[in-house]
Amino acid sequence: MAIVVLVGVDGSDPSDRAIEFARDRARAFDGSIVLAHVIPWSPYSFNTPEENAQRHERREAELRAAKEQLLDPACALVGDDVPCTAVVRHGNRAEVLVSLAREHGADHILVGRTGEGRLRTALFGSVPSQLIQIADVPVTVVP
Amino acid sequence: VSELVLAQSIDERISDAMNPVSEAIEGVVFFSLPVVNDVELPLIVLWLVAAGAFFTVYLGFLNLRGPKHALDLVRGRYSKPDDAGEVTHFQALATAVSGTVGLGNIAGVAVAITLGGPGATVWMIIAGFLGMSSKMAECTLGVKYRTERPDGTVSGGPMYYLERGIAEVTGRARTGKVLAVLFSLSCIGGAIGAGNMFQANQATDQIVAVTGGVDSPIAGLRWVVGLLFALAVGAVILGGIKSIARVTEKLVPLMAAIYLLAAVVVIGSNLTAVPAAFREIITQAFAFDSVTGGIIGALIVGFQRAAFSNEAGIGSAAIAHSAVRTEHPSTEGHVALLEPFIDTVVICTMTALIIVISGAYLDEAASELGGVALTSAAFATVLPWFPNVLAVAVIAFAFSTMLTWAYYGMKSTGYIFNDSETAETVFKLVFCIFVIVGASLSLGPVIGISDSMLFLMAIPNVLGLYILARMIKREILGYRAKVAAGEITRVDV
Repeated sequence: MAIVVLVGVDGSDPSDRAIEFARDRARAFDGSIVLAHVIPWSPYSFNTPEENAQRHERREAELRAAKEQLLDPACALVGDDVPCTAVVRHGNRAEVLVSLAREHGADHILVGRTGEGRLRTALFGSVPSQLIQIADVPVTVVP
Repeated sequence: VSELVLAQSIDERISDAMNPVSEAIEGVVFFSLPVVNDVELPLIVLWLVAAGAFFTVYLGFLNLRGPKHALDLVRGRYSKPDDAGEVTHFQALATAVSGTVGLGNIAGVAVAITLGGPGATVWMIIAGFLGMSSKMAECTLGVKYRTERPDGTVSGGPMYYLERGIAEVTGRARTGKVLAVLFSLSCIGGAIGAGNMFQANQATDQIVAVTGGVDSPIAGLRWVVGLLFALAVGAVILGGIKSIARVTEKLVPLMAAIYLLAAVVVIGSNLTAVPAAFREIITQAFAFDSVTGGIIGALIVGFQRAAFSNEAGIGSAAIAHSAVRTEHPSTEGHVALLEPFIDTVVICTMTALIIVISGAYLDEAASELGGVALTSAAFATVLPWFPNVLAVAVIAFAFSTMLTWAYYGMKSTGYIFNDSETAETVFKLVFCIFVIVGASLSLGPVIGISDSMLFLMAIPNVLGLYILARMIKREILGYRAKVAAGEITRVDV
């Protein structure tokens, strides 16, 4: 049975461990991996005219940086024996991971534990806790 | 005290020097036809209203039929997931609205009711609806003819559609260029005057008023307030300290929300007076004899204040709207429809209702109060603490308007001087200096010039809109046909 595993990547140690975990699962089940990095962004923010004018260029730079600094090393971590796709997109982290999982037909979402403090979690929630509320497929959080 | 005297003498000297120039420019831009009694019709107001009326009919009443689609666009129902991270319709609209919503909504409405009676409200709303059409036309063009600079930033606005659009449509490149330069020059003037000195002046007035008026310790230190404003503006536009701008951009919608909420509370606690207030507004709007000039007085004042407030036809908002990322320029045209609606039909009307309901305008002293003070008094009849909140709102609105206009002025400077960084820096420096000037002096003639410059922008801009009208129509109706045919579909269904 070929499976597709989607991994949320943010460059942290738990995220690297999630990638390794995904690699082992993909190997075991003859599967493939989708590495996804989400750049936090809201379509409803209030910006200055200057920010708006520079936005397109800045977005390109953000996408480039995410690919070079996060996704390329992450792909290297996966190794050559497992098919691996890398995607980067702006938006709400949990929501985008769920829609990417849908788009790529993923069977499983993997993320590293984000380890926010209690106050932050109480105020904003955490990506893993939001994920388990809205995902259509099993979610695994790797510490 | 010596500073006060010094400031006054500087003020007088500037006034004396400026007076003839100011009167000459004002005489041209605000050339008025006498109508009845003391009521005059400035032709520039007629010019703006006529443009709104023309595009309302020419585009088939899209100001009434378009808002539903506009709301769908703002809610991202047509935004592709791949475009996430670009400037959204909501962001472009929010930026443009926070540059527009300001003292016109607070002070301008009070002036309209003082001069034109409650009936002015009706005509203000009608002018708001007409303004939606001209705003749609100019913002569609703004996106269509925006340019991407070598550094990847986007520049758009009337100067670009006047130059390139007119050259493309009529083949008369020189006409377009002349109109574009004329627009840019008046935009620089409008930015420094209406977008800067007037804002700094009114915000400082409000600070002095809430700290004790004439007895305020700040009364003689207006230039210090101006200096602080200038430092804050300079920190953003020269120092590139974005956090201040970001805080302002968030403060403005918050203050607008508080303002509207307070308005609802005031109206709610006077609910029984609402029908009578509406009756008063409507009968006065169509009354034939009254001290204020009846229907004609109400109409002219209402139209004038709406034009001052929502800037439709002036061309300024097209600069802000053009940063959006969209395949079809008409989408931003639709979204821009909402701007005069929010500014004039919603916010101005709320202010008007409160002034009428509270009866504050009937007060003998009301005409002397005028402006922000009258609105403040009307709110205070129900919420005694509101003048302090209003002061914060006025400062936030004034500051964000200054930042937005600094940007408009900078873009115009950039257009004239081929994006020369030196020219833009000089403009920014001059802009900061005029913040202090605007705050510290009582500037009748200088405000006269700056108001004239603001409205001067409407002459090349609206001329251009007429020249490009057929293309605007093709662009917008073509887009609507695609939506109707299902070629452009919602992404959320």
